[in-house]
Amino acid sequence: MNILVCVKRVPDTGARVEITANGRAIETRNLGFTISPHEECAVEEAAVIAEKLGGSCTVLTVGPKDAEDQLRDCLAKGMDRGVLIETDGNELDPGQTASAIVGFVRAQRAPFDLILFGSESADAANYQIGIHVAYALDLPCVTGVKRMSVQTGSVTAKQETRTGFDVYQAQLPAVLTVKEGLNLPRHPSLKATMGARKKPVERMRAEVGPASLEMVRLSVPAEKGSGAEILGEGKSAVPRIVDLLEELRLI
Amino acid sequence: MILAFIEHDRGAVSSLTLQMLAAARALSAQTGDPLHAIAGGGGEFQQLERQGVAHLHCFDHESLHEYAPTAWARCISRVIEQHKPSIVLAAATDRGNELMAWTAAITGVPLAVNCIHVRPGEPFQVIRQRYGGSLLEEANLHGSTRMLTTALHVFEPAEVENALPMTVETISAAADEKDRRARVVSREETQSAGVNLHTARVVVGGGRGVGSAEGFRVLEELAGVINGAVGGSRVATNNGWRPHAVQVGLTGNRIAPVLYIACGISGAIQHQVGCKGAKRILVINKDREAPFFRRADHGVIGDLHEILPALTAEIRKRKSAG
Repeated sequence: MNILVCVKRVPDTGARVEITANGRAIETRNLGFTISPHEECAVEEAAVIAEKLGGSCTVLTVGPKDAEDQLRDCLAKGMDRGVLIETDGNELDPGQTASAIVGFVRAQRAPFDLILFGSESADAANYQIGIHVAYALDLPCVTGVKRMSVQTGSVTAKQETRTGFDVYQAQLPAVLTVKEGLNLPRHPSLKATMGARKKPVERMRAEVGPASLEMVRLSVPAEKGSGAEILGEGKSAVPRIVDLLEELRLI
Repeated sequence: MILAFIEHDRGAVSSLTLQMLAAARALSAQTGDPLHAIAGGGGEFQQLERQGVAHLHCFDHESLHEYAPTAWARCISRVIEQHKPSIVLAAATDRGNELMAWTAAITGVPLAVNCIHVRPGEPFQVIRQRYGGSLLEEANLHGSTRMLTTALHVFEPAEVENALPMTVETISAAADEKDRRARVVSREETQSAGVNLHTARVVVGGGRGVGSAEGFRVLEELAGVINGAVGGSRVATNNGWRPHAVQVGLTGNRIAPVLYIACGISGAIQHQVGCKGAKRILVINKDREAPFFRRADHGVIGDLHEILPALTAEIRKRKSAG
């Protein structure tokens, strides 16, 4: 199995976000970076499939130079080779990002059997890059996958619904976009982290056309209310909680 | 024209689609373009007349009965290519986003998902949600047709007075086999009857402060006496204390109960966006600086492991007395 996993470097936000002075990005001076949670599961799933069936995993990102940190993290979690398609630091729109990925995939001598994405990125959440890539490469695609099993030449993938699962079947090669909950991603050992430094990372420049979804500015929506009404401290607050439940007709 | 994609169960239009149609109607009034709808699969769609839909395109060939995203999007794309609508929209459900993304890929039309505001004209502007709505993005959408999905629980559904008759056109074309390469082959029902995160009127959520899988017992006992469901933060599901299926948050469930009781949860954005649909939020946390207190309606400062058992006992007492 030759597997490609596509990830995105995103700020690791806490309880609130701040916007930069130009209004076009998140203030990241006090933030770390990570990849989107869904993508952590894509990386883990690829590593497990390759361990079981044999094969090689490539992790790719389209992003700034510093996104190499996220590629190294993924290399420590079982990926074999990293690819950084470098941008000038400005975020690309979904069509531009997809075309950069498609360009890379088409240039490979050994085709990928499986291409994994997260269902949507944690920040922009455009929900469409995996589908654009599948369409351009003429591959079947299942989105929002929470259970999957790969057999010889095919994949069974399940989407969670309110009451259970929709079960999809597709032949390989295929594109899957996955959701957190697919697995529990590993924490890399120190040895794996050290080993990741020696794994290859290829760099190339993103060649993209004009954006069709053009970001103008970001803003933080107004917060509702002025904070919680404190009902009390410790067990002494219990009668007031029960009053609240009664007021809301919950008991 | 404006083209709206309809999600339905045998003709009964989903409430999220009704929200989207409110936005679609407003855009139709603003631009003067008539409102058309498109739906896959059969059903009685008379309800759409009262939604101001002038014309319905319905694709219902046997080969499209099993949901196949590419094949469905191909039907929508043909209507777009034939009628060149100014705006195409769907509700921002998983399926709505998926179908619009396929349609965008096939037609080359740009797509903005999770929009809360649309300003037609030049430039064509949208405001869309990022980080589950904790951040907003103002963007320009280029092209002669624009596609978008409307964020959930933002637009108020309504019906029109003096609705005009709706015409229905059936598209009988079969799906191309190639477009059915990924399709739903079966369904599994795993949820047992009883309350779950989406049906419960009260949800009890636990996070880092719960401390362990066993620690959730006090949450379960409380939920048991108030007919509630138990959810977990990302910390709780990533530690394996609760199954991921009950995660409340950006990467899990978006819930909208009457009351959400958040226990030992600090209130990261990841979690807040999952429960902001709740009518009221009660936060129980021993850290009085927890950011969640700023966003909640009610708060109790203290250890959930002391407070919850006392609360459960008190509710039992009042119930037996009442």
